[in-house]
Formats: sequence, structure tokens, C-alpha cells
Amino acid sequence: MTGKDNENFNQNYIDYVHSFDPPTKHFKNCLRAFLVGGLICTIGQFLRVIFEEALGLSGDELAGTVSIALIFLGTLLTGLGVYDRIGKHAGAGSIVPITGFANSVCSPAMEFKTEGYVYGMAAKMFIVAGPIIVFGALSGTIVGLLYLLL
Amino acid sequence: MKGHTIVFQNKPRIVATGTIAGPKECAGVVGNFVDKALLEDTFGEDTYEKAECKMLTFAVRKAIENGGLTEEDVDLLISGDLLNQIISASFTARDFDFPFLGTYSACSTMTESMALAAMLVDGGYIKRAVAATGSHFSSAERQYRYPLELGNTRPPQSQWTVTAAGATLIADMGGDKSCFQGKKIPAITAATLGRVVDYGITDVNNMGAAMATAAADTILTNLQDMERDARYYDLIVTGDLGALGSRLMKDLLWEKGVDVEPNHVDCGEIIYNVIEDEFQGGSGAGCSAVVFGSYLYEKLKKGEIRRMLFAATGALLSTVSSGQGESIPCISHAVSIEIDI
Repeated sequence: MTGKDNENFNQNYIDYVHSFDPPTKHFKNCLRAFLVGGLICTIGQFLRVIFEEALGLSGDELAGTVSIALIFLGTLLTGLGVYDRIGKHAGAGSIVPITGFANSVCSPAMEFKTEGYVYGMAAKMFIVAGPIIVFGALSGTIVGLLYLLL
Repeated sequence: MKGHTIVFQNKPRIVATGTIAGPKECAGVVGNFVDKALLEDTFGEDTYEKAECKMLTFAVRKAIENGGLTEEDVDLLISGDLLNQIISASFTARDFDFPFLGTYSACSTMTESMALAAMLVDGGYIKRAVAATGSHFSSAERQYRYPLELGNTRPPQSQWTVTAAGATLIADMGGDKSCFQGKKIPAITAATLGRVVDYGITDVNNMGAAMATAAADTILTNLQDMERDARYYDLIVTGDLGALGSRLMKDLLWEKGVDVEPNHVDCGEIIYNVIEDEFQGGSGAGCSAVVFGSYLYEKLKKGEIRRMLFAATGALLSTVSSGQGESIPCISHAVSIEIDI
């Protein structure tokens, strides 16, 4: 074998390349993520209060409505080409909340629309979000089973 | 052939070039030299793939036109691009009546095509050939990375695929220079065919580091085969190593006792003016094609560069190979271009 499975491949070179890796700015990244993520959650809380007061919703209905509103906002901002700009600076702050999930579904749908609505948009819609759904459902099941057994 | 280098006897010449670039590229060094600067990167098409194809077609047509020829005068198109099954090049070729040879060596496609065209012209098999390639940020991004609107962050080692296309018209002008009317027409004097080099880099966001090894290998081979010092060339041009890759390549050559620091330039490193998200610079097949076809070709014609080694570099990976954890094999083909002969 050649390439990285070659026993004689150049570990020195790889180490040398890694010595140029720019240091990750953990503090700055965390701060930005905290601010933007916090802002999104605050907007969610704000919607919650509004919906509770204005529409008289409560419990699951209220939580569902707030989620729908946030998903709508995430999708709208993706369509307007704004969300990727926020994501560039916010990192995890805009990826982790539900708006990030909306973005990860909406962006491939927009991108692959050119290949048709069935085999393009619909089929490729979950190329980014697919793993989140799979492992989300899996971990949910495991936690549920543990909860049942313990 | 000396070593891996073919020395051309009949001096095939680069008669003309045709170039086109997107708005972001035109804000940089190539802006004043390209034949057409696009205001929007879709070029009036509804998909980016069609835009890429249209740009390539434009470059080929423009090169023929700039050479004062018509399509009937051209014997062959040699072209390739980054998209799967080289669709841009093939779809471009359907607009022309002359034969087509598809090539692929990723971002090194330009020099591979030029070397092949020069060989066929030098051998006397054909009179004139067009070597062309192009790339588009949005179509490459969709194929190799993520959807455009996805809100993720780019790592600082990454590069930005260039939206541009470039074509060169390579022809046999005969030994008589009187027909040049005093103009300088650059000749391809030699071509060094690259080996596939793999040092085991697996990070797809750091292609500069992977390709640096191939560039260093080919440049070294050229200098050894031709028994030349690095100073022989006014300029040693690499394709799209970016800032980090260039640094690594110079270090690799320095280790071998060759210093290219004063006369090395990297197309990817110089193409962008504004540092927004390009980080290490430009990449993609169109990067070296447009920088050579516009800016550098102009300098050659003016005589400001007299001898140049043009070594574009390509990373020969696919999304499948990187998904399966393979490292990134790289290649670099080089052509020597001189104006004094």
C-alpha cells in the first residue's frame, strides 16, 4: 500500500504541517457562540411569553408553536442568504439551536433544487441533517430504555 | 526526453489566451487583465454548472479570436475541469466542431493540457490546439463540500475555489520569427510530467500542504533534468498552493538545497485582494488558468518575464476517497515558457 498506509510515509512532514496549524481561539469562539446562541434562545423565550399572553397557549402546544416559529425564522433567514453569514461568526451558537437544524435542511433543499424536485430537492434535503436525525433518534431510544429500566 | 522532462524541438508557441473571471476574482490582480470580468457569478444562467460551462466556452472562443483565427483553424481542444465526469469541458466541446480530448488532474489540468497540446504540436501531428480549463466556486463547493447557504464555519487552512476560466491557443509558428512583427510570442520549451506524490496528508481542508509535496517534486525534477539552477527562471509559478502550501513547498525545496524564495509566486496566493474567507488563497483549476492567461501572459508578452516555470498542482482526491479515510495523492505538471527563442 502507498499513501497513509505506507509504513514509510513521511510522519516528519505531517508533524511539520501540523506545526503550522493556527491555534483555535476557544475563548473567542465560545463567547460568540454563547452570545448568539443565547440571543436565539432569548428570542424563543420572548415568543413563548408573547404566545402565552396573546394566544392563550400552554404546555406542549406552546412549546410546539415556539419551535415552529423559530424553524420558520431559521428557514426564512437561510432563504434570504443571511443565516450562513451569521453562522460564519457564531459557529456553534447558530448551529446547535433549532434554527440551525432548519438551516441544515433548507440549505441543501435550495442547492439541489436544480436537479429536480423529487430526486434533487426532496432526496438531498437531509444530506446534512440526516446524521442528526439518526443519532438523535438512537440516543433518544437508548436514554428512553435506560429510563424505563432504572 | 530527459528524465521526466520532454524538451521540445520545434518550440510550440502560446499564440493567444482567453480568460474570464468572476466578480470576487476581478477585484484582485487579474481584474485589469482578463478578457471579460463578470458582474455576477451566474453569467446569466440558472445553474452554476451551466455558468461554469459557459465561462469555459467563452474562454476557448476568446483565445481563438485573440489569436486572429477562426474555429476552422483549430485542430483540437484539450480540456478538463473539477466536476464529476468533467462535464464542463465535455459540454463546452459540443459547441465546437473540432475534436476534443478530456483531461483531468484536478487543479493541475491547465498545465497537463498545455503539455499535451505542446507535444502534439511539436510532433507535427496537429497545427493548433486550444488547452483550456475552468472552475466555479459554487459548483465545486456543492460537489466537494457543503451547500452554500449552510451556516458552518470554514477552517483557517482552507482555500477558496476560484470562479474563472482560461484558455491558451498553442500553435506551431515555424522557425521564422519575422512573421511575429517584432511581437514577443512565448514558446513552450519543455514539459515536466509529474509523478503522483503522497506524503499521507488526510486533511481535505489543507490541500495546500498535500500539494506542496508534488510541486516541490516536479520543480526539482525539472531543474535536475534540464540541469538548471533555480535562478535560470525569472519566475517559478505554482498553481494553487495558497500561502501555507507555498511556505511548505519552499521549505521542502530548501531541504534539497534549492532556494526558490526570491522568484517563486503562487497563483492562489496572489489572486485575491480582499481577505474575507479565502484564508490561504484561491484554489481550483481556474485559478492557475486565469492568472497565467491574463496577468502572467501579459508580462511575458511585454518581456517583463523572460523565462518562467509554470507548475500547477492538483489534489487527486474525491469525496468518496476522503470519506473512506484515504490520504490525498497529488500531482503537478510543469511547463517551461520562454520568450527569447
